[in-house]
Amino acid sequence: MEASSHDVLMVGGGGAGLRAAIAAAEVNPKLSIAVISKVYPMRSHTVSAEGGAAGVAKPDDSLDEHAYDTISGGDWLSDQDAVEAFVREAPQELLQLEHWGCPWNREPDGHIAVRAFGGMKKRRTWFAADKTGFHMLHTLFQTSLKYQPITRYDEWFVTRLLVDDGRVQGVVAIELMSGKIQTILAKAIILCTGGCGRVFPFTTNAAIKSGDGMALAYRAGSPLKDMEFVQYHPTGLPFTGILITEAARAEGGYMLNKDGYRYLQDYNLGTPEPKPVLRCMELGPRDRLSQAFIKEHEKGRTIETPHGHVVHLDLRHLGEKLINTRLPFVRELCLKYQNIDPVTELVPVRPVVHYMMGGVSTDINGATPLRGLLAAGEVACVSINGANRLGSNSLPECLVFGARAGKTAAEYASEQKPASAAVLAQALDEEKRLEAQYLHKVGGRERVATIRGEMQATMERSVGIYRDEPLLQEGTAKLRELRERYADINLDDRSRTFNTELESALELGFMLDVAESMMQCALHRTESRGAHQRLDYPNRDDERFLAHSLVYRNADGTSRVEYMPVTITRWPPGERVYGQGKEHGEAVAAKRIR
Amino acid sequence: MADKITLEIARYSPEHDQEPHFQSFEVPVHKEWVVLDALNHIKDTVDGTLTYRWSCRMGICGSCGMMVNGEPKLTCATFLSSYAKNGEKIRVEPLRYFPIVRDLVTELSDFLAKLKKVKPWLLPKDEPPLAQGEFLQTPEQVDRYKQFSMCINCTLCYAACPVVGLDPVFVGPAAIALAQRYNMDSRDQGAGERTAILAHPDGVWGCTFVGECTRVCPKHVDPAGAIQQYKIAAVLDWLKSFVAPRGA
Amino acid sequence: MSMMNEDAGKSAPGYTPFHPRWYRPHVSVYWWLGEWHYLKFILRELSSVAVAFFVIETLFMLSALHEGPEAYAHFQAVLRNPLVVLINIISFLFVVFHTITWFNLAPSAMPVRMGGKKLPEALVAAPSYVAWVVISAIVCWIVLH
Repeated sequence: MEASSHDVLMVGGGGAGLRAAIAAAEVNPKLSIAVISKVYPMRSHTVSAEGGAAGVAKPDDSLDEHAYDTISGGDWLSDQDAVEAFVREAPQELLQLEHWGCPWNREPDGHIAVRAFGGMKKRRTWFAADKTGFHMLHTLFQTSLKYQPITRYDEWFVTRLLVDDGRVQGVVAIELMSGKIQTILAKAIILCTGGCGRVFPFTTNAAIKSGDGMALAYRAGSPLKDMEFVQYHPTGLPFTGILITEAARAEGGYMLNKDGYRYLQDYNLGTPEPKPVLRCMELGPRDRLSQAFIKEHEKGRTIETPHGHVVHLDLRHLGEKLINTRLPFVRELCLKYQNIDPVTELVPVRPVVHYMMGGVSTDINGATPLRGLLAAGEVACVSINGANRLGSNSLPECLVFGARAGKTAAEYASEQKPASAAVLAQALDEEKRLEAQYLHKVGGRERVATIRGEMQATMERSVGIYRDEPLLQEGTAKLRELRERYADINLDDRSRTFNTELESALELGFMLDVAESMMQCALHRTESRGAHQRLDYPNRDDERFLAHSLVYRNADGTSRVEYMPVTITRWPPGERVYGQGKEHGEAVAAKRIR
Repeated sequence: MADKITLEIARYSPEHDQEPHFQSFEVPVHKEWVVLDALNHIKDTVDGTLTYRWSCRMGICGSCGMMVNGEPKLTCATFLSSYAKNGEKIRVEPLRYFPIVRDLVTELSDFLAKLKKVKPWLLPKDEPPLAQGEFLQTPEQVDRYKQFSMCINCTLCYAACPVVGLDPVFVGPAAIALAQRYNMDSRDQGAGERTAILAHPDGVWGCTFVGECTRVCPKHVDPAGAIQQYKIAAVLDWLKSFVAPRGA
Repeated sequence: MSMMNEDAGKSAPGYTPFHPRWYRPHVSVYWWLGEWHYLKFILRELSSVAVAFFVIETLFMLSALHEGPEAYAHFQAVLRNPLVVLINIISFLFVVFHTITWFNLAPSAMPVRMGGKKLPEALVAAPSYVAWVVISAIVCWIVLH
C-alpha cells in the first residue's frame, strides 16, 4: 500500500482546517503540511453560514461583556478560561481575515460595520452581507493557495486514524477518484470535519456533515464531550431545512403563531417592541426560541403544512429596500427553494438541527488526550459554547481554535519521531476490512438509506428538543438494533471509481457511533440545561452537573459516560435571564436552582 | 400536473463502459422537489450506483452543477415541476467541456489550476500590522468588486462557454472574474502581477464575448462583464506605457 | 445497474484498476448549430460582414460622386438591380441586429457608477438608442428634403 508522509495533517478543509493549515505554515514554513478533505475545500459547510462573526470591535464594548454573554448563553457550561482566550483572540482573527481580503460590510467612514445578534448584549457581529461564511471560506481558501508548504488531498475520504504507542501517527484514506486506499502518515493530526447534523432528519446541515471526525476520534479512544447538547435553529424552512438566518430577526422580523400573535412574549423573553431589542423577544437565545415552538405546538397554536408544523416569520414590515440591502440572500432562498417572497408573504419556519455544541474533547489549544491528535471548529468541544451556542460565535471559533491548533500541531510535530512500522500493518488491516465488509461482501439485505432514515427518526424522537428517560431507553435499544443491521448492509455499487455509495455507507457507520454517544450522554445527564431539556428533570442542577459529559467507546461498541468539572474563573453560575428590565449581572454566589 | 416524470440520466463507469449511455428512471413529482431530490430518490431506493456530487442543497457550495435539458444548472435549484407542467422529460448529463470521471461527476483539477494561476489573493503594497486595524474601505469601494466576489466555483460558466470547449488552455470566465475581484479591490495593488496571465491570448484575449457565462451564472457574477472591463483596462495600460513608460 | 456483484469480474478494455479513464467528449465543429444562444452569437459576429459591406458600398458611392454625374448615374443603376436591393435589405437587417446587440452589451464592458452604485445596464444603454433615433431622423430629413 502506498504511504505518503507529512508533518501536520488537517482532516477537513473548511474554516478551521484552512486556518489551521495557514497557521502551521506561518509557524514553520519548512514543515510539510497537508489538508485532506472528502470534498473540495470551497464546498465545506462553512460556506453556508450566513449571519456573521462576533468580535469586540467598538469602543462601547468590552471583552468581559462578550465573555459574559457567551458564558451565560452557554448556561454556565462553558470553560471560562477558554472563553476568555476566545473573546480576546476573536477580533484579531477577524481583522487578519480582513487583511487577507475578506469583504466585510463597512460603515460610511470605511471602518468595519457590526450588527446586533441574538443573545449578544452589544453590537459586535461582523458581517459580509448575509453570506459571511461564504466570504470567509473563500478568503481562506484563496489565501491558502499562496502557501507553498500546503499540499491538498481533494476528495479523499479518511476511514480510520492509525494509533500506536499511545500516539496518533496517520490515517487511512480512500482516494475517491481512483478508489485507491492509501496511508498518510503525519506527526500531528487536526480533525476539522465539522458537526453531525445529518444524524437528524431536519437539519440545516449539508449532506457532508456526518460527524466523521467525531467518530474517528471516538473509535481511536479519544473521548467526546457534551454530546447531548444539540442546537436547534428556530427558523429553518420546512422540508429542506434551509436556514433562515438569525439576521432576519436581528433586522426586525417577528415570529407569529397561527393567530398572527408574537407568541415569544409568553415565554419570559420580554415584551414586544416594534424595533428589535437585544436579548429580548425574537433576539433571545436559540434554545429558548426552539423550546417556545414546541410549547406552542403542544397548545395547538402552530400551523400545519404537508411538511410538518410551522410558525411564521414576518418580514413584510421591513420593506423591500431594507430586505434587498441587508437580507438579499434570505429573499433569494425563500424564492428559489420554497417559492415564497418575504417582501409580501409570511415565511413558514420550524426549528431545525443546526449545530453541535459537543464534539471531540480538547483543551484550550485544541489538543485531545490522545497524543498527536488535535481538533478545531465544530467537531471540537473546548468548550466555549457550553450548553448552548450564541449565534455568530462559531465562525470566530473556527478561526481562533483553528489557528491555535495549527500552531500547537506545528510545534508538536517538529519534535516527533517518524511513524512506527506497526502502523503500516494496521493500515493493511483497514484495507482488508473495507474490502471484506463493503466492496467484496456477498449477501447482505439492508440498504444504506433505510438504516439512515430509521436512525434519523429515532434521534428526532429520543434526542429532540425535549427528552425523557423512557424515550432515551427506547432510542438506545433501537440504535443497538440498527448497528446490528448495519453489519448486514449490501452495496449496489462495487466499483472503485468515485464510489459515493461506499462513502455513504462509511458515513452511516460514523453516524451510528456518534448517535450512540449522543444518546448515552443525554440519558445520563439528569438535569435540564441550555439545549438539553429533560421533561423528567426540568431544573438545572449545578451541584451534580456543573460538569462536562465525557463519553468513551468500549471495545464492544457500547459506551461509558464520565464527568469532568467545568472551569470557572470569574463568573460564578447565575440564572440565564433575557428580556428588558431584568438585571443580567452576575449572581453573588452560585445560585442553586432546584 | 402529472404525478410522475421521466429522467434520462447519463451513465458512465470507466470499469465497464467505453463511453456514456443514457438510462431512464421514473420519479414522483412533488411541488418542492428539485432535480437533486429526484437523483437522491433514485440513489436511495432504486439504484445505489448513480453517482453525482452534492452537499448544501441551497445553491452556495457549488457542487451540484449538471446539464439539465442541455442547459447548465444547479440541480438543487431546478424544480421538477417546471418540466412536469410541460409534459417534458428531463435529461441530466455531466457539465459540458469537462472530462467525465463517472456518471455525472466531472474532473476539476484543470479548473482549480486555472484559479490558482490568476493569483487570487490580496496583494497589498505594504501589509500593516494588525495592531493598526483594518484597511479603510468605504461601502462604495466594496461595491466596486462585490459582484465579482460572489462566485461559488460551480463551473456552470465553463460548461456554457464555447471557447472553453474549443480551447482547453483558455483561463476561463470564473478565473478571470476572480482576478478582477482582486484587481478592483481598493486594498489590492497586485494587478501588475496578474497581467501576464490575463493580458494573454489564453487570458482575456481568448474571450469573444459570447456572453453565455453571464447568462447561466446562478450568482449573477457577470464574468463576461469582468472580462470586457479587464480588456479595456489592459488596452489603456498598454497605451499609457507609451506615453509614460516609467512610473505609468 | 451494471455494477452489481455479478459483473465484478468483468472490466472494459483499456481500464487499469485504480487508473480511471476519464471520458473526454468531443466538441463538434458544428457546436454553434446545436443551440439558439450560440447561433445568435455567430450571427452577431457575421453581422460585421454586413457592416463591412456598407462601408465598401459607401466608398464606391463617394468614388462615383467624385468622378462625375455619369459615373454616379451608373452607380444608381447598379443599386436598382433587384439582387443588389435584396443584398442591401439583408445587410441592413444584420446591421440593425449588430447595433442593438452592441448597444446592449456595451454597458457591461463599461459600467457607469453614480452615487456609489452601478447604474442598471438598460439605463446606460438608453442614451445610445436615443442618439441613434435622433441622428437617423436628422439624416433622413436632410436626405429627403
